[in-house]
Amino acid sequence: MSPQIRSEQARQPKERKRGVRAWATRAPLLPALVFLIAVTQLPFVATLVISLFDWNPLSPDERDFAGFSNYTSVVTDPELRDSVCTTVLLTASVVVATVVLGLLLALLLDRSFFGRGMVRTLLITPFLIVPVSAALLWKHALYNPEYGLLNGALTWIGELFGDTSPPQPDWISGMPLIAVEAALVWQWTPFMMLILLAGLQSRPAEMMEAARLDGAGSWQTFRYLTLPHLRRYLELGVLLGSVYIVQNFDAVFTITAGGLDTANLPYTIYQTFYNAHEYGLASAAGVVVVIGTMIIATFALRVVSSLFREEANRA
Amino acid sequence: MTATTATLAPSKLLPPAARRARRRSAALGLVAWVAGLGFCLPAMWMLLTSLHSEADAATNPPPLAAALTLDNYRQFFGADGGPSPWPSLINSLSASVFSTVLVLLLALPAAYALSIRRVRKWTDVLFFFLSTKMLPVVAGLLPVYLFAKNAGMLDNIWLLVILYTSMNLPIAVWMMQSFLADVPVSIIEAAQVDGARLPTVLTRIVAPVAGPGIAATALICFIFSWNELLFARVLTGVVAQTAPVYLSGVVTSQGLFLAQLCAASVVVSLPVLAAGYAAQDKLVQGLSLGAVK
Repeated sequence: MSPQIRSEQARQPKERKRGVRAWATRAPLLPALVFLIAVTQLPFVATLVISLFDWNPLSPDERDFAGFSNYTSVVTDPELRDSVCTTVLLTASVVVATVVLGLLLALLLDRSFFGRGMVRTLLITPFLIVPVSAALLWKHALYNPEYGLLNGALTWIGELFGDTSPPQPDWISGMPLIAVEAALVWQWTPFMMLILLAGLQSRPAEMMEAARLDGAGSWQTFRYLTLPHLRRYLELGVLLGSVYIVQNFDAVFTITAGGLDTANLPYTIYQTFYNAHEYGLASAAGVVVVIGTMIIATFALRVVSSLFREEANRA
Repeated sequence: MTATTATLAPSKLLPPAARRARRRSAALGLVAWVAGLGFCLPAMWMLLTSLHSEADAATNPPPLAAALTLDNYRQFFGADGGPSPWPSLINSLSASVFSTVLVLLLALPAAYALSIRRVRKWTDVLFFFLSTKMLPVVAGLLPVYLFAKNAGMLDNIWLLVILYTSMNLPIAVWMMQSFLADVPVSIIEAAQVDGARLPTVLTRIVAPVAGPGIAATALICFIFSWNELLFARVLTGVVAQTAPVYLSGVVTSQGLFLAQLCAASVVVSLPVLAAGYAAQDKLVQGLSLGAVK
């Protein structure tokens, strides 16, 4: 027996034991992993495959391989191209507005004042209204031109100043995209505020104290201490907000039903496969959304992982 | 502490700079109150409208002093023979509860393997979980729909349970990983040296430390499942219809009754409001995928 074989025989049981132990450690992880891969990754692979076919169940005989033609349609079809633009516009404006408003609110709530807990609770309420309810609320109870709150308030203010016929705009048809955005900003500002508030409250107290002793004004403290400290949290808010809002369906579906140039990609994809039955085209559009989200998500993951590493180092 | 400073130094005795600072702080507190009430106003308006009669609700300008009534709630629950919302509420409740239970069953062991008895490369695994959350649901919807159609699983609450579980599992693993990581390993090891077995360790050491976090995770999963509209709309019909789908159909099927619509919205939102207020502190941690503590 050569020495090599002997040593291998000696090593085997030990290695098997180590292997068994490694699997015992991994085992609790497996159900969750297998489940997630099966339910989220497999459908996406199927979407990729379908996107290469020309497939409409209304004309089943004409299903055939189409290569990348669905993708060319996504890029050239004016309706789909519009919905790509709408998605970008909607997401960007809502994210910017919620971050700015959320930062202002977080700064207000970071100070101590009478009833701070109550104000915090009031502020997060919009986020806790079921999204469909929120969208219906904005559409019918606020925007309605005849008896919505907005025009009601205009009438009321008009009466105060003796104006018997104050303007009564039709908000949704007059400014459809802004109407959708306002409802989304209302719902998502609390989320940004909570993240930024957590960031504000994690500022090291000694640092702030030292700045105050050195005679730094509140603007200087904000500009040179708070803002750099908040950078990570701002990035996190922007990226998570983008990931959630890019996918928004409820508000667009409810408030305008995608009409008046407010259809974003999730809504258009829903329309394309659910109503128009263009399976291949819908799948290609879905893949486009995934690529867009992946670009954002890569940044998001990097931000989260840097925060995470900080946390791990502190522990 | 504020009480003693107040008795020692009444505001008139303060130097002008401090008095100015105090006045500014009071003003900012007021601004915060106004902002809070402003943000809550649409929600309060919904509640108020739901308590008005249909005629009062449709008045312009809004009637602030109109009589309050519970009629809309009675009508919503089918007092006048309209479609009852109960089946959809029960569907939502069962889909949310079952999927939350399933999430906990899958996520707890995984979080245990990622925090207490760590697998190798545990951060990579954690990030894999997170990355699945970033995959837009709409991109996988069609294959799921086709599969469900061919397998005869359309309009079935269990399909929603499975999808909601996959939707919430990444968040739950992330949150629970961070809560379980707060359990001091040294105490667990000491207990094991003293002869404690796994069940004892879990109930006596892990549960008290991580329990509140796990409860908050469950509430957040419940909220997300309850809120979901797109899957439920595409994959359910009559039998398995959920509350958000019912709500989005109320308007089209019965014409627009504003007060009743508001009552319906309040009822559907109540479970989420309750769960959300209860999980307030942990909510942001859950939504920011565990990155913010």
